[in-house]
Amino acid sequence: MHKLLADQPGQKMLLLGNEAIARGALESGVAVATTYPGTPSSEISMNFFQISQESDLYFEYSTNEKVALEVAAAAANCGVRSMCVMKHVGMNVAADALMTLAYVGVKGALVIVTADDPFMFSSQNEQDNRYYAKFGGLPMLEPSDSSEARQMTAEAFELSEKLGEPVILRTTTRLNHSTGAVTLGPMQKIKTRGEFVRNPLRYVTVPAVSRKLHARLLENLASARQISETSAFNFTKGEGAWGIICNGVSYNYVCDALLDLGLEQRIRILRIGFSHPLPEDLIVSFLKTSEKVLVVEEGEPYMEEAVKAAAQQAKLTLDIQGKSDTLFSRLYEFDPAMVREKIAGYFNVPYTPPQRIDLSDVPELPARPPSLCPGCPHRATFYAVRKAAAGLDIMCPNDIGCYTLGFMPPLSMGDFLICMGSSVGTSCGFSKVSGKKVVAFIGDSTFFHSGIPGLINAVFNQHDFTLVILDNGITAMTGHQPNPGVDMEKLNLKGYGRVSIEAVVRSLGVGQVSVIRPLNVKKSIEAIRKALDFKGVSVVISKHLCPLFANSFRKSTARPFYVSDRCRNHRNCVNDLACPAFFISEGRVKINSALCTGCSLCAQVCPENAILPQKADS
Amino acid sequence: MMKAKRLIIVAVGGQGNLLASRVLAEAALASGVPIRMSEIHGMAQRGGVVESALVFGDARSPIISDAEADVLVGFEPSETLRALNRCNPESVVITNLAPLPPFTVSIGKGVYPDIKQIQDLIRAKTRTLIAFDATKMAHAAGSARAVNMVLLGALIQTRILPVSVESVRSAIETKTARSFVPANLKAFELGFEAAKNLAAS
Repeated sequence: MHKLLADQPGQKMLLLGNEAIARGALESGVAVATTYPGTPSSEISMNFFQISQESDLYFEYSTNEKVALEVAAAAANCGVRSMCVMKHVGMNVAADALMTLAYVGVKGALVIVTADDPFMFSSQNEQDNRYYAKFGGLPMLEPSDSSEARQMTAEAFELSEKLGEPVILRTTTRLNHSTGAVTLGPMQKIKTRGEFVRNPLRYVTVPAVSRKLHARLLENLASARQISETSAFNFTKGEGAWGIICNGVSYNYVCDALLDLGLEQRIRILRIGFSHPLPEDLIVSFLKTSEKVLVVEEGEPYMEEAVKAAAQQAKLTLDIQGKSDTLFSRLYEFDPAMVREKIAGYFNVPYTPPQRIDLSDVPELPARPPSLCPGCPHRATFYAVRKAAAGLDIMCPNDIGCYTLGFMPPLSMGDFLICMGSSVGTSCGFSKVSGKKVVAFIGDSTFFHSGIPGLINAVFNQHDFTLVILDNGITAMTGHQPNPGVDMEKLNLKGYGRVSIEAVVRSLGVGQVSVIRPLNVKKSIEAIRKALDFKGVSVVISKHLCPLFANSFRKSTARPFYVSDRCRNHRNCVNDLACPAFFISEGRVKINSALCTGCSLCAQVCPENAILPQKADS
Repeated sequence: MMKAKRLIIVAVGGQGNLLASRVLAEAALASGVPIRMSEIHGMAQRGGVVESALVFGDARSPIISDAEADVLVGFEPSETLRALNRCNPESVVITNLAPLPPFTVSIGKGVYPDIKQIQDLIRAKTRTLIAFDATKMAHAAGSARAVNMVLLGALIQTRILPVSVESVRSAIETKTARSFVPANLKAFELGFEAAKNLAAS
């Protein structure tokens, strides 16, 4: 049995924040869960995916976050408890559905998890999604640790049904990827079937209906505000005439700082966990008993602005600070020492910084950037495009996935990237005005997610570029999740269809379509050259399974390669491919046989044919 | 009130850092020691650096600021040196000495530091350095993948963390893959002995 299904209330378990969220949902009887995978949210849905195979939970990897939210919204409007999970930028994709879903509301609970990523450990921006709660008029909860993540998730389901609105559970990377002890609660029975009661004047958002629904939303928001005022998730701690208002992971740093600085008897904390609507009365009464207040929150001054507005409304003139040049930054994430230093600075108390080591005599260390794995087919495709485009003035919009790493030298295939699917849309603009030959890259999952509309646009508006679809048969970057192109039978999973990328592309009327096997280097270069020569939209589908994924269901029989005596040290292999399996020993290229997957790409690149497979018995 | 002890583990993707962290955290939970842990592993499979932070005792923060690690354990010598900013002059450092040069070295975009220089630098700047070839010892224990358990053994021998040898042994038995348990336990003992011998010499 999956560990998160354990029906042992009271038991203590070490859980990742993401596991705690999944557990909280399961304890609340979640029956429908949907997602599009994205770090740092991925483990929530990974657990749901596994659990759905041994319980009544319906879980799906949807094609994108908007679809995921629509699926969950429909289930919830039939009275079935649902959850929709995404990373912060996924909310932008889902926002079209979200804003009007807030008007319509839900019948059964719907909890939407947004996993923000301050510092951008694995994201293209660090937008603060608390503003989506404000923007949409939806209740929002923000846990500070794993234990609270379980509890708040469960509470979010109750709250959603009580208000008839989706509830946003907002997390940050340090919550998602931190582990702590969680005390399990009881499991609720799961209800998988619901009923949709037709009522077009309630559910069909034509203007006349929406005008009423907007008023309904504002009434709900007022009720939510009352709940927020007395919510146990908004609490004060400690005593003293000074105050700190904080949320999420910042609360942990503040608690540790007050302990370290010996200020627990001098500073009171107001921890905000129910952060939209904010408990304005509670905040005002906190301000009234404080001489000065510091707001500690990562990201934007979301609480600070509201606290200052509430103070103004109540005609309070105490000093309230948060984001400023000398205090907290809107950039990146916080850490305990930084929060301690800022608190000491603002309240003007003695502070000894940690004793740093002088590192000035440490030599510059070789960088260890993430790189495409040994045997990764993307490396072969990038190489083939580079060769096929020799002599052409090309530029390469790239997209989001492992292959984004192709932008690094020596492959150097990536010139522009803003969001999922942008490779295709931006290629339309670049090819129109830049005068360069545009070659764009997109992965299989990203193509399904949001690449298709761009390609339709390209065909209709007669743009001129080559789109290379890197089809490695899985959503690799986020940890090997399925997508509509995946052969689910390989995973022994029944009940799935399969969408052929080639059939989709051909059906759109793309002028030239070819399918290559990237590890057949010579043929791939020829096919790509033809695609580049084509005037109009051409698509090259490069098909080869992600070797890490393939290893999970079949053992590779390919033998590792070695560099034979024939090597004349041209080093084309190392310099053009940068495969991590290469290393240099005594001035000669060697291959680490523990890393080499036997893909044979380097053997095909070597001008001396010096790279050979190891003998079977060696 | 249990004073917080802070541990940072750095490794290269695939070296089993996260499992070692998990074992330690489970040992702490079983011993009733408060434990918080965080990890950054988004790109782990792609050959980057994997770092985990473990905070034992009474603290709420699951991450550790620069200069605030009581112990640093490095599974790869250049990565140990790279993480030295997480230490202060009172920190204890434990490192594997078997290098895994990044590919940037192969393509001439960097020079791998001398192993002796790495040790001299760390020794001069911290309280104690415990350094040995944990990879060789993992092989001796019967599993190349047990480097993590060797270093765990050395870490536990220092007695800096509030977890007992027995609780870690039992966590290895219950939380690592059954077929690897004998090799993991052996690796743990070898690492423990290595640290003991280094401390005695």
